[in-house]
Amino acid sequence: MRGAKSAKWVAIAAVVALGATACGGGDGDKGSDSKAAVDPNGKFSVEVGEPQNPLQPANTMESNGSIVIKSLFSGLVDYDENGKIVYVNAESVDSKDNKTFTVKLKPGWKFHDGTAVTAESYVKAWNWAANPDNKQTNSFWFSDIQGYDEVAPAEGKPKATELSGLKVVDDNSFTITLSKPIPYFVYKLGYEVFAPLPESFYKDPKAAGENPVGNGPYKFVSWDHKKQIEVTRFDDYQGPNKAKNGGVVFKNYTNLETAYEDLKSGNVDVLRQIAPKDLPVYKADLGDRAVDQAYSAIQTIAVAYYTKQWKDIDPKVLQGLSMAIDRDTITKTVLQGTREPATGWVAKGVLGYQPNAAGDVTKYDAAKAKELIKAGGGVPGNAISIQYNADGGHKDWVEAVCNSITKATGVKCTGDSKADFQADLNARDAKEVKSLYRSGWVLDYPFNANFVRDLFGTKSDGNQGGFSNKTIDQDIAAADAASSLEESEKKYQEIEKQLPNYMPSIPLWYYKVNAGFSESVSGVKYAQDGDPILTGVQVKKK
Amino acid sequence: MGRYVARRLLQMIPVFIGTTLLIFLMVYALPGDPVRGLFGDKAGSPQVIASLRHEYGLDQPILVQYFNYMKDMILHADFGTQIASGRPVTDVLGDAFPVTLRLASLAFAIEVVLGITLGVVAGLRAGRATDNVVLVITLLFISVPVFVLGFILKLVFAEQLHWLEPNVNDSTNYGQLLMPAIVLAAASLAYVTRLTRTSIAENVRADYIRTAIAKGLPRRRVVGVHLMRNSLIPVITYLGTDLGALMGGAVVTEGLFNIKGVGGTIYESIVRREGTTVVGLVTILVLVYLVANLLVDLLYAVLDPRIRYA
Repeated sequence: MRGAKSAKWVAIAAVVALGATACGGGDGDKGSDSKAAVDPNGKFSVEVGEPQNPLQPANTMESNGSIVIKSLFSGLVDYDENGKIVYVNAESVDSKDNKTFTVKLKPGWKFHDGTAVTAESYVKAWNWAANPDNKQTNSFWFSDIQGYDEVAPAEGKPKATELSGLKVVDDNSFTITLSKPIPYFVYKLGYEVFAPLPESFYKDPKAAGENPVGNGPYKFVSWDHKKQIEVTRFDDYQGPNKAKNGGVVFKNYTNLETAYEDLKSGNVDVLRQIAPKDLPVYKADLGDRAVDQAYSAIQTIAVAYYTKQWKDIDPKVLQGLSMAIDRDTITKTVLQGTREPATGWVAKGVLGYQPNAAGDVTKYDAAKAKELIKAGGGVPGNAISIQYNADGGHKDWVEAVCNSITKATGVKCTGDSKADFQADLNARDAKEVKSLYRSGWVLDYPFNANFVRDLFGTKSDGNQGGFSNKTIDQDIAAADAASSLEESEKKYQEIEKQLPNYMPSIPLWYYKVNAGFSESVSGVKYAQDGDPILTGVQVKKK
Repeated sequence: MGRYVARRLLQMIPVFIGTTLLIFLMVYALPGDPVRGLFGDKAGSPQVIASLRHEYGLDQPILVQYFNYMKDMILHADFGTQIASGRPVTDVLGDAFPVTLRLASLAFAIEVVLGITLGVVAGLRAGRATDNVVLVITLLFISVPVFVLGFILKLVFAEQLHWLEPNVNDSTNYGQLLMPAIVLAAASLAYVTRLTRTSIAENVRADYIRTAIAKGLPRRRVVGVHLMRNSLIPVITYLGTDLGALMGGAVVTEGLFNIKGVGGTIYESIVRREGTTVVGLVTILVLVYLVANLLVDLLYAVLDPRIRYA
């Protein structure tokens, strides 16, 4: 049997070759049940997906990475639950003209590697991140600062490598000069992008992305890709949000159903979201450990103003369509109470939120809807479609919204599904949306300008539908030129009140956090961006 | 024999190039751009987008991209870099393959041992009660979708009986991998059983079996050597292709039990349009398929002395 022997050899060779790549890895401990005192050194675990990007503050846009970054880095300021500024690393951020800001740091802060946090740590980090050569996805956040156009010109070669608007005064203070005044600029500083970086970062930014050294309440321990990220409490932390626990394990889950099962069996402590399948039962399962609270994000139906259909539309038609959507019923039934009907364009928990800003436009009234559409000259073609991505669980509510519109007004409405978010974005970028599209917006900073200026200004980043209105643009410019934060807030509130007359988009509902936590932790709260506040979590003694 | 293997190995080259090129083109043809995708709902800064596209060579024609990619892969075993995370694809592969390999081999073992045993038992008792019971069970396995089976097992063994962990938290722990392996093996197991049963039932009436029995050989030897060897050829053919399917096609099972294996990684990479990661993973799967098929063909010669390769 010549064949037999040779075949065996081939088989062994293949096994060896494949086995060579195998490697081990373990984790483990974590029991459940106990009703004892708080263990200040106890660690707990949070459900998170694998961060998409390396853990560099200016390179993290999606939620899986940003929750980790936020635990490792502390910026100048943060916000409280009403959207008010809280100073973290900064002692003060002052400005007389809203153009030049003087930042004073609290002295004595240290990075996790023991080096001091100085004005230089901030200025150098921002210059580095703004430089397009370093390919940081969030670099446009620095575009407000003077000199950005020289560092990252839209065309041609950069003329400078440092932002001329940043100047170190001494070890603990520096100034920021903007290219034009922004009264609420301090709010932007709360975003992770504006975190400081230690000197060691620049030696090998790539390695620092795998092994970040920050100045935040937690110190990085390890990142076992696709399994977990572990951080431990930083004992020399000086900020107001010192961790009340020993550390966090960010556990990797690919879907929410499995995470929920693990929560019930005590393998994970804090969830950020509950899967649709478990929504009907999670309150019964978890009791007072179930979380149901609004956070600052809004779902809208945006209008593709570049299409023939909507180009010269009378806003009355859109008002009519908006009034034809029965938000109360849809959020309660199809969405199982996971959303709250929107009454304006600015989400809750944001400074400048005003209840019922949109007035009657977001109230369901079939007769009036019909009337308004008729008065506005009717929907061109008497048919609309709503584009959405099929991989985001949007199909059900899009159909429900369509049914509601058709039933109330007789306008034909269909869902236009794109295979996934990428394909959806592609169509939006290429201005190929046929009629309407779904659009979600989670806050960047809790100030109402973020929901008005950054979405409806003619040249805003978030304005993908091509909405453009001279009056709104002028009002935005005026609000940005306001002399104080309060005045600017008020002016943006006025703009929001005006929006029903222009209908840049149809507000649908605000998002809610539907989450839960295990019996071994307490004090779990959720912030405006929907993420749990890690530092406040207390772990029970085992 | 040696020449046969050499010829088969050479034939793998065009197959290999063809599949990788096809996959490369298919990922490229999908709407969406991996670099643009990094920015989500917000528009990114054009300078950064341009320099990222340049870094990953996405600004070059597709065939040039393919050529560069293959050159690096063959000459330096470099599978490229993931766009979002900036990690080398070889690292990603190194994370995913060992996990999948453990899961697939456990499932494969279950499938082979249980499938063939059940098949032999049913085949020898063809037409009787045992046979019918096995037929009904396998029918059930084939018709119940994977995720339904997964949820039922989880509900019973994890949530009610508390015998097993509901999900895999440590992928080196075979105890935790057992449940997903059973789910993964279920459908294939049914096919293996049915194939074995049919060919055993057929061969049991063959002349050479009658001869073997007439020679006075013990029943164990008649069944174990004479009958099995000839009956296993169709089963081996099926198993060879199934090995590849177990490794690459376990997306549903992996998702269900939170296993970070190859299937899920491929799915995620396609969603993010990470062409290089997809091609890297699939390249290895293609190699697995090709090698498994070669092994199957060589095994024919072992099982049936009438087959000779030159």
